[in-house]
Formats: sequence, C-alpha cells, structure tokens
Amino acid sequence: MVAGSGANRRTLAKLLVVAAVMFGFGFAMVPFYRALCEVTGLNRVARSDAVENTQVDATRTVTVEFDTNLRNDLPWTFAPVEKSVRVHPGALTLVTFEIRNNSDRPVTGQAVPSYGPQVAARHFRKLECFCFTQQTLAPGEVRRMPVAFVIDAGMPQDVNTVTLSYTFFEVEGRNSVGGDGNDRGRAG
Amino acid sequence: MEAAHAHHDHAHGHDAHGHHPSGIMRWITTTNHKDIGTLYLIFSLTMFFVGGLLAMGIRLELMQPGLQFWRPEFFNELTTMHGLIMVFGAIMPAFVGFANWQVPLMIGAPDMAFARMNNWSFWLLPPAASLLVASFFVPGGATAAGWTLYAPLSTQMGPGMDLAIFALHIMGASSIMGSINIITTILNMRAPGMTLMKMPLFVWTWLITAYLLIAVMPVLAGAVTMVLTDRHFGTHFFNAAGGGDPVMFQHIFWFFGHPEVYIMILPGFGIVSQIVPTFARKPLFGYSSMVYATASIAILSFLVWAHHMFTVGMPAAAQLFFMYMTMLIAVPTGVKVFNWIATMWKGSMTFETPMLFACGFIFVFSMGGFTGLVLAITPVDIQLQDTYYVVAHFHYVLVAGSLFALFGGVYYWLPKWTGHMYDETVGKWHFWLSMIFFNVTFFPMHFTGLAGLPRRVPDYNMQFADFNMISSLGAFGFGLSQLLLVYGVVKCVKGGTKATDKVWEGAQGLEWTLPSPPPYHSFETPPAVK
Repeated sequence: MVAGSGANRRTLAKLLVVAAVMFGFGFAMVPFYRALCEVTGLNRVARSDAVENTQVDATRTVTVEFDTNLRNDLPWTFAPVEKSVRVHPGALTLVTFEIRNNSDRPVTGQAVPSYGPQVAARHFRKLECFCFTQQTLAPGEVRRMPVAFVIDAGMPQDVNTVTLSYTFFEVEGRNSVGGDGNDRGRAG
Repeated sequence: MEAAHAHHDHAHGHDAHGHHPSGIMRWITTTNHKDIGTLYLIFSLTMFFVGGLLAMGIRLELMQPGLQFWRPEFFNELTTMHGLIMVFGAIMPAFVGFANWQVPLMIGAPDMAFARMNNWSFWLLPPAASLLVASFFVPGGATAAGWTLYAPLSTQMGPGMDLAIFALHIMGASSIMGSINIITTILNMRAPGMTLMKMPLFVWTWLITAYLLIAVMPVLAGAVTMVLTDRHFGTHFFNAAGGGDPVMFQHIFWFFGHPEVYIMILPGFGIVSQIVPTFARKPLFGYSSMVYATASIAILSFLVWAHHMFTVGMPAAAQLFFMYMTMLIAVPTGVKVFNWIATMWKGSMTFETPMLFACGFIFVFSMGGFTGLVLAITPVDIQLQDTYYVVAHFHYVLVAGSLFALFGGVYYWLPKWTGHMYDETVGKWHFWLSMIFFNVTFFPMHFTGLAGLPRRVPDYNMQFADFNMISSLGAFGFGLSQLLLVYGVVKCVKGGTKATDKVWEGAQGLEWTLPSPPPYHSFETPPAVK
C-alpha cells in the first residue's frame, strides 16, 4: 500500500489548496460582478444620475406611471401622490410618494426601482430619490418623499409610456441599531 | 460480493488484511476500493429509486390538467427534490462508484491512494441524503426553489431549505475528497509502463472530471453558504434591499452548474468508449483525439454558463459570446460521436446488453445534443426558456446520456465484479423497455415545450392534455422497467453462469487479466504494461 507515501501527500496538499482557492473564488465573484456592473452601468438604478442641461422637447409627451409594492409583510402603506404624470423629455419633474408605518415598532426599508419597458431605464434619470437611501420610520410615522427626474431626449420614439415601479423591502436587523432614519445604504 | 472473500489471499503476510470485521462493521469500516465502490453503487441505486418515486409523483399530477393529487407547493417540492436527488444522490455517486471499482483495476494500482479518506467520502453521503429526505417532514416542507435554488426563492423558504443547504455542503465535501483521491491515484499509482496516453479512456475522463469537481464544487459550497448567511445572518449577497443582486446568484450558481453537467456526462463518455471497442472487436478509433476532445469540453464548460440565463438581461455582446462558445462545444462532442461510429465501422459487432446501451446512448444522447444546439441560439432560447423543450433536452442528455451509460457500464463490468454472467434476456428486456418508454416519456415534451408549456407548474391548458397523458404513461412504464435492473443485478450477484477472466471476447485492459471476481486485494505487485 502506498497510501502514506510522500508523493501522494504532496498531491493531496496541492489539490486541497485548489479547492480552498475555488471556495474563495466563489466569494470573490461578488465584488467582481459589483465592479463589472458599476463599470458597464448595467445596474445603475439606485443612485443619483448626472443630467446635462438639455433642451426641453415640447413636441413630445411621455406618460410616466407609478407603481408601488411592498415585499413580504412590510407593515407599511406606500402610494404615489399622483398615479401618473405627463412630461416632456428634458423637463425636470418632481413627484411625491407617501409611506406610513402602520406597526408599533420602528421599521427600516429600502426601495428598489425598476422600469417598464426595460429600455427606459437607460433614459430615465433620477436626480433625487428616496430609493438612494434606507428609510427608517418610527411607529405610526408618515413621510412624504420626493423623486426628481428627467427623461432624456434619447428615449426611443416608440416609447410613449414608462412605468416606474418601486418595491420596498424590509431591511432586517436595523431597528435595534436605531438608525437616524436616513443612513446610507450599502455601497453599490 | 461474498465471493470476494473466498478468493481472499492470505499468502502475502499482511496481517492486518487477514481479519477485517465481518457483518455490518465490515462495510462501515472498510477501506477497500471494491467494497466502497459497491457501497457507492448500492447507495446511488437506492437514491435513483427515491428520485424516481418523486418523478412518478410529478407525472401523476401532470397526467391530466387541473389539480388532482398535490397542492401546487408540494408539486414544486417534488420537482426540486427530484432534481437534487437525481443529480447529487444518484448520477454523481454512481460514477464515483464506478471510479472506485474500476480506476485501480484499470491502471494496475492496489487500491485508492487515500483508503481511509475514501471510506469517509462515502459515509458522508447517507447522512446528507437523510437530511434531504427528512426535509419533506419539517414545517413548510422541502425546498421548492427548483434544483437551481435561485434567489430570492431560496432566501425565503422554510427550514427545508436549510437542510438542503447542509446536505449540499456535505455532498460537496464528499465529492471533493473523492476527486482528490481519484486524481492522486491516477497520477501517482499507475503500474510501471502505464503512461498517461496508454490509460483506458474511462480513466482519462474521470481524471478530467475530478479536476472539474475540485474546481466547481467549492464554488457551489460558497453560493449556498451565501444563501445561508442571507437567510440567517443578515448579509445581503442576493437581497436587493441591502444592495445585493439575485441575478448574481444565477451567475455564481451556473459557474458551478455548467461544468457540473459535464461532470455528469464525461465519465459516461468514458464508459461508452470502453464498451464500443469491446463489442466492435476493434481498438478505439482516434484515442488521442478522444482525450483532447474531453479536455476541450472541460475547458469550454467554464466559458458558457450564461447560456442558462439569456433572459435575465445582458448586453447583446455577452449573449453572442456565450452563444458562440456554447455552439463550439458541439465540435469536440461531435469528434467523440464520430469516433465511436468509426470504431464500429467494419467491426465484428455483437449486441449484448452493454453494447445495446452504448448504441442507445450514442443515438439518444446525440438527439439531446442537437436540442442543446437549438437552445444555444439566443433568440430561440429566449422563446424556449423554462419550457418543456428544456426539460426534454436535459433529460435526453442526462437520462438517455448519463443513466444509459451507467446501465451499460453495470452490465459490462458486473460479470467481472460478481464472477457470474448476468441474465442476458433480462438485460435485453431492460434495455428495450427503457429505450422505448424513455422516448414515449420525453419525446412529446419537445412538442409541448415548443407550444409553450412552462416547466415547474402543476396545471396546464387543455391543449397540452394528450401529450401529457402520453408522457405520464411512458414515465410509469420507464419507472416499472427499472425493477428489471434490480432483478437482473440481484440475480447476478446471487449466482449464474461462471464468468471467465476475460468475460468478453474483445475485452482489452488490465481488469480482464484478473480472475472474475477479482481477489479482495488485487495488483499488490504492480503488473507490467508494455
């Protein structure tokens, strides 16, 4: 039996190192994909966009509809003040959303935006949004939150209606820490 | 297996070998590669029937439109657990069982390199399988996130998901230890003269498969660990609320998942490459091209993962890259198929059961390969994503591919392992019934899939009723036919015509120079290979 021979042990050690490195590689993919999305702009939906000073295209009108969702049992009421607005590409528009914490405990939530049709995401520029940060609401608190956006002129001509949908997720483990109600969300 | 005792050789003066425990302790404490190979094969046969039972549950519900038998949640548990158990409990351990039995015999080694670790890597499996099966009985039932465990489903399920995660951790550890053992055995313990390019192709495919396993099983372990910490420890790897991304789970999972599908087919290629030359009575055509084709498939398997997720939204450039890379895999796979056919060309072929399964494998696996090419085309895939066309595709390569190769291998080496010939009539019935019922079950799924029937849904539109009825009847037939395998194997283990050392007229290789069954300790003096 050669089981204990040095050559076998050396091979075992090398292969164990490979397995350990690959375990680390699985985790290394997390920052790698974050960086990739950052560089390519694939996932740029939850942060402030830069807007150049563009001309307002008054010849065109785009309807922006708002959709609000709560994930799981988030004990909140969440609704837009206006269900939809009609805007010209290039015009800065301000809309308001309202959330209310219906529970008797402070709750922290994070809103995640998405767009329909998908192509609109690239041309929908948010300058200010409650989705950039986590929101902590005291029991019974009501908060009105603004979203400032510009639809850039590059929006494809056949897109006449854009749906902006927000889903609020509860961020667990934040309530006991006692956030200041506006603490920055995790980078990325 | 008891016959192995009779041949036990005391003459070598290795005292420790003389009195190994008997009864159940023999199997628990065994470090013998033949015993462990047998354990692996029995374990995977058991899990094959557990997973098969779940499949019968799926087809029972799908026999008619509407909900007859199960709640939709339980149906999803059935599909998920069928996939997990078949992949990790049946197919993979069966191939490791073959490796344990055959690799030392084929390269002229006395045993596996790390005999105790070998025992440990097998005995991790029954607890892992128990965790999986037990998860049906915890509150909320087993995981129903699909065998791919996609977030955010997997980050929200009940405790059944945690049991599945632990089971995957344990099975992953077992696979990694098994692979390290196989690589070390192959690299360091070949008989003198057995150069790498003289190794039987089964050994080559397992060497490459073992490298794949070591590269990707830890990545799966990492992915499910992230799911676990997302579920219980407040991390946000896949939780959009915390800045994570559920799509990232798919990227990490398929980095493991695509090499995994080759892990399940490459040793099958190896088995077929042993069987075809034996029954064509000609050496394998294009041996070295077979080796290089296997290696190219292994390398390409790391570059195609995103073809499982064309619909998540990715730049056209990435879609094109993954589409072309996927199509490129058809080249080395084609080399293999043509080499098998060229081996048969003008050979003196006979069609015993192993050869029937090998021919059936080549025929049906190629069909699965072609539907794979269809699915590789991005715009087509976007239409067919998550339909029964995909279900048909991967059952053609996994059932008629991996499983038929395993069946062929069992019939091919069973006389060597037991010392008795199996019952040829039973074997042939098993092949023909499996082949026919397999196609009755899965061929109609191409049509339902093209017409848009989504997978993982217990109910469907009336228009799919006829094809689903055919599929279900075929599945019941396929399930029942597998009892013939058990009957044939048990009969062969218990007795039968004495097998000769060479068993098959055209057999080549070191394992056929040993008596049938081989002595408990074989090749203690390495054979010389010319």
